[in-house]
Amino acid sequence: MTQNIEKFDVIVVGAGPAGNAAAYTLAKAGKKVLQLERGEYPGSKNVQGAILYADALEKIIPDFRDSAPLERTVIEQRMWVMEDESYVGTTFRSDRFNQMPGNRYTIIRARFDKWFSEQVQKAGALVICEMTVIALLRDESGKVIGVEVDRDDGKIYAETVILADGVNSLVASRAGLREDIKPAAVALAVKETIFLPKETVEARFNLKGSEGVVIEMLGSISQGMAGTAFLYTNKDSISLGIGCMLSDMKAQNTTPAELLEKLKQHPSVAPLIAGGETREYAAHLIPEGGYHALPELYGEGWLLVGDSAGFVNAVHREGSNLAMTSGRLAAETLLELGEKGLPSTAANLARYKARLEDSIVLKDLKKYRNIPDTLHSQRQFLSDYPALLNGAAHEFFTVDSRDKATKEKAIFNAFRERRSLLGLLGDAYRLWRATR
Amino acid sequence: MHIVVCIKQVPDSAQIRVHPVTNTIMRQGVPAIINPYDLFAIEAALALKDHLGGKVTVLTMGPPQAEPALRKALSFGCDEAVLVTDKLFAGADTLATSYVLASAIKTLHQETPVDLVFTGKQTIDGDTAQVGPGIAKRLELELLTYVSRIVSVDKAASSIRVERRAEGGVQVLETRLPALITMLEGSNEIRFGSAPDMFRAARAEVRVWDRNAAGIEDIKKVGLKGSPTIVSRVFVPSPRAQKAQQIEFDATNPEAATQALLDKVLAEIPKVKKELDNKRTAAGERHE
Repeated sequence: MTQNIEKFDVIVVGAGPAGNAAAYTLAKAGKKVLQLERGEYPGSKNVQGAILYADALEKIIPDFRDSAPLERTVIEQRMWVMEDESYVGTTFRSDRFNQMPGNRYTIIRARFDKWFSEQVQKAGALVICEMTVIALLRDESGKVIGVEVDRDDGKIYAETVILADGVNSLVASRAGLREDIKPAAVALAVKETIFLPKETVEARFNLKGSEGVVIEMLGSISQGMAGTAFLYTNKDSISLGIGCMLSDMKAQNTTPAELLEKLKQHPSVAPLIAGGETREYAAHLIPEGGYHALPELYGEGWLLVGDSAGFVNAVHREGSNLAMTSGRLAAETLLELGEKGLPSTAANLARYKARLEDSIVLKDLKKYRNIPDTLHSQRQFLSDYPALLNGAAHEFFTVDSRDKATKEKAIFNAFRERRSLLGLLGDAYRLWRATR
Repeated sequence: MHIVVCIKQVPDSAQIRVHPVTNTIMRQGVPAIINPYDLFAIEAALALKDHLGGKVTVLTMGPPQAEPALRKALSFGCDEAVLVTDKLFAGADTLATSYVLASAIKTLHQETPVDLVFTGKQTIDGDTAQVGPGIAKRLELELLTYVSRIVSVDKAASSIRVERRAEGGVQVLETRLPALITMLEGSNEIRFGSAPDMFRAARAEVRVWDRNAAGIEDIKKVGLKGSPTIVSRVFVPSPRAQKAQQIEFDATNPEAATQALLDKVLAEIPKVKKELDNKRTAAGERHE
């Protein structure tokens, strides 16, 4: 066949935030870009909570607010530490978040991804869906020179291949560029989109106009497993989800559906979603192995970006921003090589890692490099402490005939009983070390 | 062979929901797809092209957003795509739609004579199965509906032989070309387009025709104006309120079980009881 002698500058595999950021940046700069997506349409395979962090997108499409489908601007952040019948929480609400430009938005990914892909196509990239990359093509030296897809006459050539094919990164795994994901390095998250009239959402969360609320939850809802839950307000729906480490779910023989069902029935959550209709149910893996689980990020003719590279900050629930940033940095690396007339060798692509190290992506992952291990081995942070905290609050806010000093003593004893004095000090140290 | 396939872009009805408050159909976020029945028409046309050569033109009337459906058809291997779109076409029923499509096919015929027109047996959003026959009538094409297999095409004799599913069997029909065929579901399986076809489809130019380009002669026959059909009301059928009932009987005695069931049915539907009684009386009279 003669059709495929054509060669692209870059082939981007995957149309999620990382792939779109890379394809957009490259196409905008005039590169000949082919983006392949195995789903029926861009976004059909993508799942997220979803919060959009404006900064990462702003650096790619500065005026995105003019046309992107945004749900609500987050003006209030709640943190709930939960027990079976209660929670101890903090709330930060600020009118300053109402001042433009907004910093965080709730989004519905199906709509957002469609928009993002339209921008990629407008920038000049050729986007083809329903095409699955099954292998990487290499030359005699082993350099990646293109991809092979699951269709007849499916060899397509390019100077560089950017793999943005998500958490499983089947392409990279199959090509031996990285190991298969391990259950201890991924969380399984499930979510429901629950429909409620706009006015109900606004009344229940004390919102007006396009204001939105984020609730992050941890504690007994994860049943002792390493995991957290979330509730985000959209225009006329609520995204409610929970995620736990896959290895934990396996060990406890729990299904994500059970966890989500329990979360929906929690007395603090149930009234917020009462009367709503679940319109969408989605599940996805999240690479939460952190810094120590990162694979090789580049090689001869190839780069990994986004989830396929494992760029998720599980502590701050950031992923899409790191995906977009890594996609942009990969693109900028290739643009720099192009300007200097350098080929996409591993030695030259090392500049990509240098850029990552200089950015939020690897700086944050490095900072929290020990968190996954700490939470794995130190289960008290997710089970004992939420229980103790809620018990303490209950004790403290119950007004009865006992004096306050007795109450304080009872609270302290409860802590000591469960974690011992040394344990408490040790935990404080461990937490400090892990987040340092 | 020049084959025209008429398709329609429809909302994926499997994903359509009714708004719980306003009772209107929620199309937002529902992906648009090629009417699934039309895929059998596309495949039948492509299979004929594989066999006999020529070209397949895919045609649709719809809003500009229908373009992806045509591109998709190109990715299967169709050669050309025409989108007939005009603000005046909005609100068309099957009469007006068949007029527009027939006009467009006439225009295509002037460029390259059309031998065959394919459509799906019906759409999943309208379910009328009227547009195909409507086009055939307007263009005076031989009409073959619910075709399950194309047996043969004789180019020299300009004839076609097909199998058609009919009640109680399969009809084998032969007619002359040009003809219009509506394809039955399950008659074939849409092919998996090759990579070069996917590339061609992504880059191809879809021809966009307004009413003039499509050769519409009488604008009173298009759109809402040309549509005598009136939708008087849209409503959600109310779910059945009746609950399942339990009938108690002695399980070891089949006769008692039958009697218990019968009593229940007859008590619930007096009309049946009355008819049965009448029949019994009549039969009794005959016996006497």
